[in-house]
Amino acid sequence: MVVLTGCGGGDSAGSGAGGSSTPKSGGTLTFAVGSDTGCTDPQQVASNDSIYSVRQLVDSLTDQDPQTGKIVPWLAESWDINEDATTFTFHLRDGVTFSDGTPLDAEAVKADFEAVPDLGALAGLATGYLAGVKKITADDPQTVTVTFAQPNAQFLQATSTHSLGIVSRASSKLSAQDRCTKGIVGSGPFTLAEYAANQSTTLKKRTGYAWGSSLWKKQGEAYLDQVVFKVLPEAGVRTGSLQSGQVDAIGNVGRADESALEAAGVSLEARANPGVVFGLSPNNAHPILKDAAVRQAIGYAIDRKQIADTVFNTGTEPATSVLAHTTPGYEDLSGKLAFDLDKAKRLLEDDGWSAGADGIREKDGKKLSLTITWFANSPTNQPSLELIQQQLRQAGIAVELQQNEISQFATILQTGDFELAWGNVTRADPDILRTQFSTSLANFYQVPETDLEKTLTQQAGTIDEAARDELVAQAQEDLVENAYTVPVVELQTKLGVAQRVHDLNFEASSRIQLHDTWLNGVE
Amino acid sequence: MRRYVIRRLVQAVGVLWAAYTLSFFILVLLPGDPVSAMAGAGADSAPVDPARLEALRHEYGFDQPVPLQYLNHLGHALIGDLGDSVATGRPVTQLITQALPQTLLLTASALTLAFVLGGGLALAATFSSRPGVRQLLLSLPPLGVSVPTFWIGLMLVQFFSFRNQWFPAFGNDGLKGLVLPAVTLAVPTGAQIALVLAKSLITTLDEPYIGTARAKGAGRRHVHLRHALRNASLPALTVAGLLVGQLMANAVVIETVFSRNGLGRVTQSAVNTQDIPVVQGVVVYGALVFVVVNLLVDLVYPALDPRIVLAPRRPVVAAA
Repeated sequence: MVVLTGCGGGDSAGSGAGGSSTPKSGGTLTFAVGSDTGCTDPQQVASNDSIYSVRQLVDSLTDQDPQTGKIVPWLAESWDINEDATTFTFHLRDGVTFSDGTPLDAEAVKADFEAVPDLGALAGLATGYLAGVKKITADDPQTVTVTFAQPNAQFLQATSTHSLGIVSRASSKLSAQDRCTKGIVGSGPFTLAEYAANQSTTLKKRTGYAWGSSLWKKQGEAYLDQVVFKVLPEAGVRTGSLQSGQVDAIGNVGRADESALEAAGVSLEARANPGVVFGLSPNNAHPILKDAAVRQAIGYAIDRKQIADTVFNTGTEPATSVLAHTTPGYEDLSGKLAFDLDKAKRLLEDDGWSAGADGIREKDGKKLSLTITWFANSPTNQPSLELIQQQLRQAGIAVELQQNEISQFATILQTGDFELAWGNVTRADPDILRTQFSTSLANFYQVPETDLEKTLTQQAGTIDEAARDELVAQAQEDLVENAYTVPVVELQTKLGVAQRVHDLNFEASSRIQLHDTWLNGVE
Repeated sequence: MRRYVIRRLVQAVGVLWAAYTLSFFILVLLPGDPVSAMAGAGADSAPVDPARLEALRHEYGFDQPVPLQYLNHLGHALIGDLGDSVATGRPVTQLITQALPQTLLLTASALTLAFVLGGGLALAATFSSRPGVRQLLLSLPPLGVSVPTFWIGLMLVQFFSFRNQWFPAFGNDGLKGLVLPAVTLAVPTGAQIALVLAKSLITTLDEPYIGTARAKGAGRRHVHLRHALRNASLPALTVAGLLVGQLMANAVVIETVFSRNGLGRVTQSAVNTQDIPVVQGVVVYGALVFVVVNLLVDLVYPALDPRIVLAPRRPVVAAA
């Protein structure tokens, strides 16, 4: 057996090794992303490639510590939440202005949040966070109160996301599409200088900026003068452009490009995306999948480590719960998610599924044959599923893969026309479990009515962190034990960052924050 | 001549209408729903409120009967309004007219390059009297046709941009940024021109009138360029019309590899998001370019060979 020892890497905080260590102001950072969704409104975009740039245009009421998951001050210096998590009062800091000169006060926040429902389907994340809002009041210029009809503990974390970044009153008045095409005005450390669809987004430093998040190292203005996000759809071109110094950083580094980048002295920064991990979510009402033994057998028959190690980029971890380990409230259930082919076979055997002549199990003349529906929105999807297909066959489960365009995603989920669906959801709050698996919401996966619903509702109304974590842990156990969903692998965001770039840091949702970022070799 | 032009114009309009109609019904019949696509773009889709979807569907007229949608859209298209992009809200004509110049510039430079390189190669190969050189030169075009365009692009970028930073790997800026994509795009097209022209030159050089010209004491170069090339270029010109269509198709790939903002990129993202109005607009513009080029080719023919225009009226002439 040959043991290969990797050099470099390690737990480097920040990026880049060489050069000076005193931060300097100035310079242009060029960041290459793979796609452009054609919208410059942070409240409407949902794709990482677009979030990277528009996140820098707006401030949020709060921020979330990526290490601890704790919510900390940003625009709001403090906040009060009532006992049953229905009323949230934010105390805003004084002197904040939007880049059009208008003040960011309670009225502006109220106008902003009240406009969100009108964005409708185009702002799925933001409308979801504000669902069930009863009223929003500006108590005084620096105090704004949001009241919900039902307990809604997730709202505090939601105020830290890009989706609820605050835009100016003039921007709140625009229609959803005008906000996309004309851009929005925020109070963030950068302003939108130029947007060329499918090509580039240019951000300029906001001079006079003085109200950053309490997590940031630098006070006041950002270091960088300018940030240019280039859209380079070809992965090979992104990699080559970074190697040859034509860009400073790239998103979406694939496994195949890692070694070339490392050889070129590029530092690879990685962080697991919080939220629901990549996995197979059964349609729990399907005649075969209704049977818990079958769902559990699928869980035991999947060798998660093999998938993480062969398909995903280096350092990707197999799922150890339905939530990724970077999610607040995550509970380690690795014992229950171990690969155990014998157990899978035994479960099916005891359940009356016996192997047929072709190795595929049968019961009452019916074959154990299932379809996995997947969408071509990530290059790792197909190889992962082909591997899962092989692994499940070992247990006598036949699987057919059905690829669909991402544009059909919502329709297929809504109509319930699927057997097993492959996907993940990024969110740095455990309430994502309720969004995905509550029987009283959309319930795309047809989870049956059980105590799980009670647990999910309770955590949504619990402010006390320890008590909430306990409920969230219980929900995770429930989901995993009953295999209402089969977690497989944690999605990892991997960036390639040139040595001259420092402090290009991940925020709590594994997206980037550029306020503290600075460049070497700037005059 | 006038009747010839009018007939060609009527045909052109017919082709445009057919392209519009066909693309409309194909897009409508495709599975999936542009409104859900709009609501669920990206990997992290939160549950979508069905009532909102219904409202959007109504706003875009997707809830009307298909024949009515067709007539409605066709009516608008006739007055130059191709609707708004579902994904970005921008008018389709604006999206296309912004991207079109870049694509035209790219394809026109590629076509010019293809004619120069492909034509030059064919001439050199057929002119050479050394069988070895001739064989080598003639083996290049089949190679050029068979190699995938994106691979050529990636190889060129690798060498001329990543290893030696002579040209930028991406972007629309200036002449320097145009070189690599235009060369990439010119390779398969030039190879086809070379194939057709070389074959036709070889055939032509065997014609009796060439022998006559030679016997009259015309020089080798004179016979090759004056007598043979003129006749042999007709088939190459015919192919050029088709090549423009191929160039536009390849541009989709090349604009993606080189991250150029053009019609190809617009098409690619519109297809991904099932942005029906944009896809349709692109199809119509593509057909328009195709029709215009073929019209031009048809108009150039008579200049090279007067028999073509006269042919319908005096079919006897064709006998040689």
